[in-house]
Amino acid sequence: MEYILIIISAIFVNNVVLAKFLGVCPFFGVSKQVETAVGMTGAVIFVMTVATIVTFLLQKYVLEVFGIQYMQTITFILVIAALVQLVEIILKKVSPSLYQALGIFLPLITTNCAVLGVAILAATTDGFGLLQSTVFAMATAIGFGLALVIFAGLREHMELQEIPKGMKGVPIAFITAGLLALAFMGFSGIA
Amino acid sequence: MSKLSIFTKGFFKENAVFVMLLGLCPTLGTTTSAINGLGMGLATTFVLVMSNIVVSLVKSQIPDKVRIPAYIVIIASFVTIVELTMQAYVPALYDVLGLFIPLIVVNCIILGRAEAFASKNNVFDSILDGFGMGLGFSMALMMLGAIREILGSGSIFNISIYQGDGALVFVLAPGAFIVLGYLIALINRITKKV
Repeated sequence: MEYILIIISAIFVNNVVLAKFLGVCPFFGVSKQVETAVGMTGAVIFVMTVATIVTFLLQKYVLEVFGIQYMQTITFILVIAALVQLVEIILKKVSPSLYQALGIFLPLITTNCAVLGVAILAATTDGFGLLQSTVFAMATAIGFGLALVIFAGLREHMELQEIPKGMKGVPIAFITAGLLALAFMGFSGIA
Repeated sequence: MSKLSIFTKGFFKENAVFVMLLGLCPTLGTTTSAINGLGMGLATTFVLVMSNIVVSLVKSQIPDKVRIPAYIVIIASFVTIVELTMQAYVPALYDVLGLFIPLIVVNCIILGRAEAFASKNNVFDSILDGFGMGLGFSMALMMLGAIREILGSGSIFNISIYQGDGALVFVLAPGAFIVLGYLIALINRITKKV
């Protein structure tokens, strides 16, 4: 039950983009086509889960043991940057087809603040063990993917609509995202 | 480029939020009121100026291949300084901004300026650039925060300006997207005359 609650909360109620404002840059950057949105989602699910597991272990067994929690920001961002590089190298060797699909999205993920944000949240939330953190990270990434794919679908349709000149492009995208966030607010009734 | 235009380009021509669409997470996440937006903007400005100074000082010492990790370490150090300082002296603001303070480190504006400007220019120009970009960012955040505060809670800088509760939606998540959308449209209209 606890895990179901974490999953529902992370995907719908506290959606990472639409309620917590993490990962907004890729949300607008790679949402022009559904296909790229799906590729990005795959890469984010993978990196976010692995990054959260590694940073969680670091926090519990290195930073807290030595009492140097103030090193958290520096450690976490370096771990994430190194991890993204590592994932890229391993994927290239092990699964070239997956690398082809996710390749261009991987470097972009280092600057995705959702990855660092979720790692910090998981490591500092009271009562989160390794398993809870992993589930939380994966569910958050799925929530990111869900919002991204829905938004990409909307933007594909928007291309064909007549929109007032001044609102074309970025402004209308923001307002659409606002309406989407409004729709997601409805899920807060579940909690 | 003249010294003045290095400083002023961050406000309008290359404004980080309205024109370049960088640093959107803190822009949307911390602007529930004018004062929160300003606080976030100034914290970012400090990190931006300091990292610009250090990057431009050490630019010739860093091998090209590891420059990005090196910049990230420099930025993360200043973010930690800001985090600890705010926790000590402005705990109320620290609590409101919360997660977004450590996240200054992944704010694309800062790494972007380090890579695009500070690594190619001298210290003085880098300071000007950092202040210009940072204050332009602060201005954008304050504007967005002020509009959301007026519409959402009927006050500005915590001073009540009309009776009643306001439309709460503007303080909540959807309002952030919608207000920024209209603001960008307005600025496009003024600058590009569409």
